[in-house]
Amino acid sequence: MTEVPRPPLLPPTRAEYCVIACAEAWRDAGEILASPMGLIPSVGARLARLTFAPDLLLTDGEALVVRPDGTAEGWLPYRQHLALVTGGRRHVMMGASQIDRFGNQNISCIGDWERPKRQLLGVRGAPVNTLNNPTSYWVPRHSRRVFVEKVDMVCGVGYDHAGDARYHRIPRVVSDLGVFDFATPDHAMRLASLHPGVTVEQVREATAFDLVVPGDVPQTREPTADELRLIREVVDPANLRAREVGA
Amino acid sequence: MSDKTMTADEVVSRLHSGMTLGIGGWGSRRKPMALVRALLRSGLTDLTVVSYGGPDVGMLAAAGRIRRLVAAFATLDSIPLEPHYRAARERGAFELMEVDEAMFMWGLRAAANRLPFLPVRAGIGSDVMRVNPGLGTVTSPYDDGETFVAMPALRLDAALVHVNRADRLGNGQYLGPDPYFDDLFCEAADTAYLSCERIVDTAELTKDAAPQSLLIKRHTVTGVVEAPNGAHFTSCAPDYGRDEAVQKTYATTPWPQFAARFLGGDEQAYQSAIREGS
Repeated sequence: MTEVPRPPLLPPTRAEYCVIACAEAWRDAGEILASPMGLIPSVGARLARLTFAPDLLLTDGEALVVRPDGTAEGWLPYRQHLALVTGGRRHVMMGASQIDRFGNQNISCIGDWERPKRQLLGVRGAPVNTLNNPTSYWVPRHSRRVFVEKVDMVCGVGYDHAGDARYHRIPRVVSDLGVFDFATPDHAMRLASLHPGVTVEQVREATAFDLVVPGDVPQTREPTADELRLIREVVDPANLRAREVGA
Repeated sequence: MSDKTMTADEVVSRLHSGMTLGIGGWGSRRKPMALVRALLRSGLTDLTVVSYGGPDVGMLAAAGRIRRLVAAFATLDSIPLEPHYRAARERGAFELMEVDEAMFMWGLRAAANRLPFLPVRAGIGSDVMRVNPGLGTVTSPYDDGETFVAMPALRLDAALVHVNRADRLGNGQYLGPDPYFDDLFCEAADTAYLSCERIVDTAELTKDAAPQSLLIKRHTVTGVVEAPNGAHFTSCAPDYGRDEAVQKTYATTPWPQFAARFLGGDEQAYQSAIREGS
């Protein structure tokens, strides 16, 4: 039998580094529900499920728990989903219209809540998520309008508002520029890794608060060849990820 | 046993301005839109609306019928932000009690269980507490001593929900993947009105469907309305999916024009108007 040689892989795109950075949020998570909101986090969760986090549970975005190929393996209507949140067996990655230095997140409105300049979605489940299960965030366009000094409405609870909340944890924030965490003495946001091609200056320029930057900032890890093939051929063959984060 | 069938207009004739109305479904999914359209045809106003918001909230807000809204969000799902809700909020058209979607559920559960509140681990630390200064907290009387939000009961004067099938007595059946919270809305309400795609004989309900699809029990239901396509343009799986074309027209047309084109007549006129294409 002769093996057909596969064409050499093109180098990873920025969107693919973002997929890897999101997928890593669920490494070693065990048998819990991964709740990605947004396209790249969804690609990341499915990639994690197919590779290093095979015990993850995934949903179809409605009421079914599904295998990566779409086969139903469970029923999770909203009422059970909300119960699962409070049981803690879930790691959600939400979006953020605004996020601040201590990880407070806003998806409700811009401006004064009484009469907003721009009404957005509403608090949704951010208050319950952040007090009950690990909550990470995904920001496809890192800018000073998103990474703000102070959010206009605290929906997702940040470290400075969490008090002694026993199940509060924000494992990571992923943007198109890098990965961020709160592993600092006062839980202020820290630059944890840069996507290849991005500089510290670029990130500082796009962030409206004083970001903690360690002396030596690592780069977001490379996808393996196997991961790249899975992303490109199995999980997102239509390359929808490129629409969320361009080259 | 009483036959509870009535028309959508009869439902509305039993409601009053100033009432607290719970509306079932979620976002742009299985909303009792035929009942909402009947509300829009009536003069009812000054309403407190309690909803996992979708176009029900958008339309009632655009038409100026809402005095106060209790919600965690408003969305059209495939169109993330509800444009008419946004516009109404940005012009300060109504009062808002903005709570988390789990707090909302526990508020309905408290009402259904005749409790004044239920403790919930949500809200504390967030600005939900700032914008709802009336929300109280409660501390566990046990060793843990944790403090929770005491989510007040969301008691409803009336609930409006839409399901796939029902009998004339008010037994309601959903055939899609998610019951949402429609049974809870009915249990939390003094009166509940159930519209459905088709009224069938009681025996017909479980002929081809499992008994756990019988979501709504007749003791919680006041009136039953047969309203084919009654969730349109929201989804009503498996009978039909969301009508994305009409939803897009709704989202991109100024409200007065949309209302004039689609909501000027009765339900039959609406159903003809949407068949003529968007």
